[in-house]
Amino acid sequence: MGYRAYRLKDFWQRRRMLSAAAIQARAVHERELRVIVSTTHEHTRTETLAEGSDQDMGPGQLEDIVQLIRPDGSRAESPGFDPWVADVTDDQLVDLYEDMVVIRRIDTEATALQRQGELALWAPLLGQEAAQIGSGRALRTDDFVFSSYRENGVAYTRGVDFGDMLKVWRGIASAGWDPYAIGMATPAVIIGAQTLHATGYALGCTYDGVDSVAIAYFGDGATSQGDVNEAMVFASSFQAPVVFFCQNNQWAISEPVGLQAHRHISDRAPGFGIPSMRVDGNDVLAVMAATRIALDRARSGGGPTFIEAVTYRMGPHTTSDDPKRYRPADDLEEWGRKDPISRLGRLLESRGALTGDVTKRVNDKADAVAREMRAACVALDKELDPMMVFDGVYEEPHSGLERQKSQYAAYLASFEGGEQ
Amino acid sequence: MTQMTLGGAINSGLRHALADDDKVVLLGEDIGKLGGVFRVTDKLQEEFGPRRVMDAPLAEAGIIGTAVGLAFRGYRPVCEIQFDGFIYPGFDQIVAQVAKLHYRTRGKVKVPITIRVPFGGGIGAVEHHSESPEAYFAHTAGLRVISCSNPQDAHTMIRQAIACDDPVLFFEPKRRYWLKGEVSEELGADTLPMGSARVAREGTDVTLAAYGPLVPTAMDAAAAAADDGISIEVIDLRSLSPIDFSTVEKSVRKTGRLVVTHEAAQSGGIGAEVAAAVTERCFDWLEAAPARVTGFDTPYPPAALEEAFLPDLDRLLDAVDRVMGRRNSLTGWKATA
Ligand SMILES: Cc1ncc(C[n+]2csc(CCOP(=O)(O)OP(=O)(O)O)c2C)c(N)n1
Ligand SMILES: [Mg+2]
Repeated sequence: MGYRAYRLKDFWQRRRMLSAAAIQARAVHERELRVIVSTTHEHTRTETLAEGSDQDMGPGQLEDIVQLIRPDGSRAESPGFDPWVADVTDDQLVDLYEDMVVIRRIDTEATALQRQGELALWAPLLGQEAAQIGSGRALRTDDFVFSSYRENGVAYTRGVDFGDMLKVWRGIASAGWDPYAIGMATPAVIIGAQTLHATGYALGCTYDGVDSVAIAYFGDGATSQGDVNEAMVFASSFQAPVVFFCQNNQWAISEPVGLQAHRHISDRAPGFGIPSMRVDGNDVLAVMAATRIALDRARSGGGPTFIEAVTYRMGPHTTSDDPKRYRPADDLEEWGRKDPISRLGRLLESRGALTGDVTKRVNDKADAVAREMRAACVALDKELDPMMVFDGVYEEPHSGLERQKSQYAAYLASFEGGEQ
Repeated sequence: MTQMTLGGAINSGLRHALADDDKVVLLGEDIGKLGGVFRVTDKLQEEFGPRRVMDAPLAEAGIIGTAVGLAFRGYRPVCEIQFDGFIYPGFDQIVAQVAKLHYRTRGKVKVPITIRVPFGGGIGAVEHHSESPEAYFAHTAGLRVISCSNPQDAHTMIRQAIACDDPVLFFEPKRRYWLKGEVSEELGADTLPMGSARVAREGTDVTLAAYGPLVPTAMDAAAAAADDGISIEVIDLRSLSPIDFSTVEKSVRKTGRLVVTHEAAQSGGIGAEVAAAVTERCFDWLEAAPARVTGFDTPYPPAALEEAFLPDLDRLLDAVDRVMGRRNSLTGWKATA
């Protein structure tokens, strides 16, 4: 397993080692937080009803949001959320910074590989680094991720091999890795399907008497699918230890989030009996705090939690997409000012933690990762043995397929030795 | 006559349908500003407004189910499913509601819904973007299933589908969207009998039945076989439910041999239906057992393997050799299963 997949486990262990007093203090804070979270919803509801304006409460807006690092890099206080990241040292913040720089670099390199014909397609995560790192690094290795196709940053936190990360995009496999090896299912392309899988996996964890948690990643568009809504019903009904992590990046291909929801997406979950939080998805610390709260609740028998991480898809939907056809130009400028990496950079600078040495180390790391990824990519054969088409359909022999396979082998053999 | 791509010809067919009947409404993911991921609905929202050309929330069951309600109310919804592999969340609404509503109400409720599905492989896409699910729908009573193979048919057939008072699954061969041809917009909905096959090339030795993306491949095979002295009659089925068996029957009675091809898996497929019907109807005329050249009974493979999966010129010609009793890949082959 490469690349510090265990680091967050360290975070977790450190958290466990907090003094009993700190834990108690946190319990108090959590009670406060529950109040904050639930009153936030009440507040939202009454305000909307009172003003009756969907405009102000649009699903892409940033009010009623948890934020610990402001876009200018200053630290915002939040009594409910601060205790959950109180153990995060400056060194660890630097690590998070490095992670975000590295996955942005992974993203840029993969986009370049696509342009150069080495990959068939790529779904950029540009702009969503904090949402993916803040949540991914809050997980334990025994937790299990069910994601969509854009969560390559989360896959990085699970320690996925770069070649494995790229196989699907190179067109040589339907899925890149062994889910059990890294605690992450291979990405679901059918929008929303994985939320039910996460729910079932979580249920299995409770049956097995372990405190592992399943986390489902999905987009704002996905929240319209029946599967996602059914997953919330099942998770609530069974009180499954699952975290629904929605990256609201404002777009589902060309459709703005306002087409999927007239209210905050996070407002839906309470209707299913699931507490929800709405966090600034470009704030790695806020995302981490919220994810830890949700994980803690799940582990301690409190059931599911819904997190809406409000962020922005700064790139195209995929490398085949042309966002100029639908995206207002000033969006990018506005969201560029909320960039997740530069805001953490500013915070670190203000604390004197982003020295020249650190910056160099981080950039060297990103360069090294990009080199390693490119090498892994081009080392993957583009040509496959045609007979592989029959592999893996069934676990047990299937006579019909065996017959087709044997006929196809005879067909291929008929080409050997030139003209007949 | 105008030069159009197959995708452009559907676009112009949709434009005619929207202009001709204000009950026609389009509904689908990203069909508005974006014009659909294949640009088949390009500019239609601009021209007809967002009430006639609606970007739908991301939910296929929602799209189809809402179309059922619109149909109840007298509208003629045209739904776009973004890719073949994404039709399944809407499958229940299609087979349990769209297909059965007319029967259930003994015709009191009409269901003039068109469901457009870009289908098939050959574009190097990731999973779920290259499938051929037409057999599920052809197997479902109450649905009509059609597929076009060239720009003129694409134009006429989409208008025909929309004008039809029954629900129609319209399968668009996505890898042929850029295929160019002359299109007459005069040829509207009523210029073609619904459900009729087309003899795309006349021949005397072998009947080769194809539809959608494989019709051009079948034409290539016929040209190549002609060099070899074999005369192939290519039939573009166009309609998969119902299948125009009289055209197929007429051809097979002439040639005595049938090869049928599709990208979809073999078992329970359209090819099985054609081969069975031909055997029933033309048994005494057959010189050889009908042959099927199809995708394998596997999920659609990753792009690097799709050439192995997809029927191509060589596999078609190998089957032609088989029905002609010439040396072929199965000469001497021993069944292992
Ligand atoms: C069932 C299904 N329908 C349609 C699609 C096509 N599609 C792929 S991504 C996408 C948009 C998804 O948007 P969102 O859930 O917000 O995720 P994001 O791409 O923004 O990460 C659509 C419509 C699909 N993959 N699956
Ligand atoms: Mg989105």
